[in-house]
Amino acid sequence: MPQTNRSLTINGDTYEFSGDPRTSLLDFLRRDCGLTGTKKGCDHGQCGSCTVIVNGQRINSCLSLAVMHDGDAITTIEGLGTPDDLSPLQAAFVKHDAYQCGYCTPGQICSAQAMLEEAKAGWPSFVSDDLDGEVKLTREEISERMSGNICRCAAYSNIVEAILETMEAGE
Amino acid sequence: MKPFDYIRPESLEYAAQQQQRDGGRFIAGGTNLLDLMKLEVETPERLFDLNRMPMAQIEPEGEGLRIGALVSNNACAADPRVRRDYPVLSRAILAGATFQLRNRATTAGNLCQRTRCYYFYNTAMPCNKREPGTGCSALNGINRIHAILGASDQCIATYPGDMAVALYALDATVEILQASGGRRHVPVRDFHRLPGDEPEKDNVLEPGDVITGVVLPPPPQGVQLYRKVRERSSYAFALVSVAAVVRMDGERIAEASLAFGALAHKPWHDPRIETLLAGEVPSDAVFDKAADLLLEGAEDYGHNGYKIPLARRTLKEVLRNATGGGQ
Ligand SMILES: Cc1cc2nc3c(=O)[nH]c(=O)nc-3n(C[C@H](O)[C@H](O)[C@H](O)COP(=O)(O)OP(=O)(O)OC[C@H]3O[C@@H](n4cnc5c(N)ncnc54)[C@H](O)[C@@H]3O)c2cc1C
Ligand code: SF4
Ligand code: FES
Ligand code: FES
Repeated sequence: MPQTNRSLTINGDTYEFSGDPRTSLLDFLRRDCGLTGTKKGCDHGQCGSCTVIVNGQRINSCLSLAVMHDGDAITTIEGLGTPDDLSPLQAAFVKHDAYQCGYCTPGQICSAQAMLEEAKAGWPSFVSDDLDGEVKLTREEISERMSGNICRCAAYSNIVEAILETMEAGE
Repeated sequence: MKPFDYIRPESLEYAAQQQQRDGGRFIAGGTNLLDLMKLEVETPERLFDLNRMPMAQIEPEGEGLRIGALVSNNACAADPRVRRDYPVLSRAILAGATFQLRNRATTAGNLCQRTRCYYFYNTAMPCNKREPGTGCSALNGINRIHAILGASDQCIATYPGDMAVALYALDATVEILQASGGRRHVPVRDFHRLPGDEPEKDNVLEPGDVITGVVLPPPPQGVQLYRKVRERSSYAFALVSVAAVVRMDGERIAEASLAFGALAHKPWHDPRIETLLAGEVPSDAVFDKAADLLLEGAEDYGHNGYKIPLARRTLKEVLRNATGGGQ
């Protein structure tokens, strides 16, 4: 198989991928693009610390191959805000102490960002009483929708507070 | 991970022919296959990436609905038609995995997901499904998540998924493109296999077979429910699950279609239960008879015996909720 170059748009910039097809999207971001904000926890889809947003949807970058993302638009934590210009969710996480060690945080924030969009689009969750009703992001809904992001420091309640505040500010 | 050739086929027909000729795996979301490839449980020499093939649509088919093979699990669960007419399917999908995983997981990939038997995942242990003829470590090992129905002395693994359980209750059909170019339609209830002497075969797909979609029959009438019992309330596989489509006629059950997850090597469907329930006035006595039929051949392999009373209680609860009868 001849190696063909693939081009991915990451946080608005173009990156070429021409490496070993075994490279996960996660390893490509961290190792080849120097975007080390995205974290590797389990490397098996079980923790969510590698969550990034691909074409508007959150996915686990550890269970995807870089080579499959030719032409895709990817947003990582670095693309959401910078230390001098935090995104509303990033600022709320700081304000609410929504972390201890911080390892899960980039994944939590990318996940929450995409979750707010999913809720706007009316996507139901396992705990939604009514499949046709409007989505109201209660604490219970947020916990269920964020269950793909494990926090070993158990900052869960503050994560929910940070998300609730961001939502309310955005309304 | 073992090296492989990555192939982006120009057409489905090409993918089917090449895979039949040269071997290898199709890849869709990759959420199951890549997990297993990292552990070298799966070691395909080539991957055929199906992702750019035109199979990501949900469209009417007669009075039913056709879900394309590449439709993501979230897109399917959130589709207004699925939510309105097939809520058991939305509910079952939403009970599985997480939003991140379901954004990648596809209809076909979900159907073909492999068992979560821990010995299957552990390449240091014998496993007939991973390496035929080496033995089954679960039979006399830790088998808490294993099958109580339909197992063989070669393999007692379960099919772990949720979505397929709803598809069994709905009596959906799997649409397959063959390497010859022909198409075949397999009732989903005949799609997965029992382990028998060939536990390495999870389902009836032959080399070169590509799933192109799943067809749902016209919307059934009545109540649709999915109940999943698991060790934590989110992000965990089922220990027992029940999908039910139940239509009442006044006081009596007119029709009931039931399927069970995590009890066997395939979602379990037993038409005798449906015959028994039809025409009955719902009561706990009737529900117990249904559970007796379900669990007639149930076997406890040492650590999974709890599933026998759990399946009975879950079935009874679902039937109470669906019919308003009992207790
Ligand atoms: C941490 C974790 C938790 C999970 N929890 C749950 C859960 O609670 N409930 C649940 O149901 N599932 C659960 N899953 C499993 C998940 O649903 C599956 O991984 C997913 O549905 C597989 O879909 P995919 O598109 O990613 O498949 P892939 O990984 O791409 O493929 C899986 C298999 O399907 C084959 N395949 C794919 N498309 C086709 C096609 N068109 N024709 C023929 N063969 C095809 C592939 O060759 C491969 O063998 C979980 C997974 C993880 C990692
Ligand atoms: S139960 Fe099946 S999958 Fe598990 S070890 Fe035995 S043969 Fe392998
Ligand atoms: S590193 Fe991807 S889910 Fe844990
Ligand atoms: S802050 Fe430490 S894992 Fe979440």
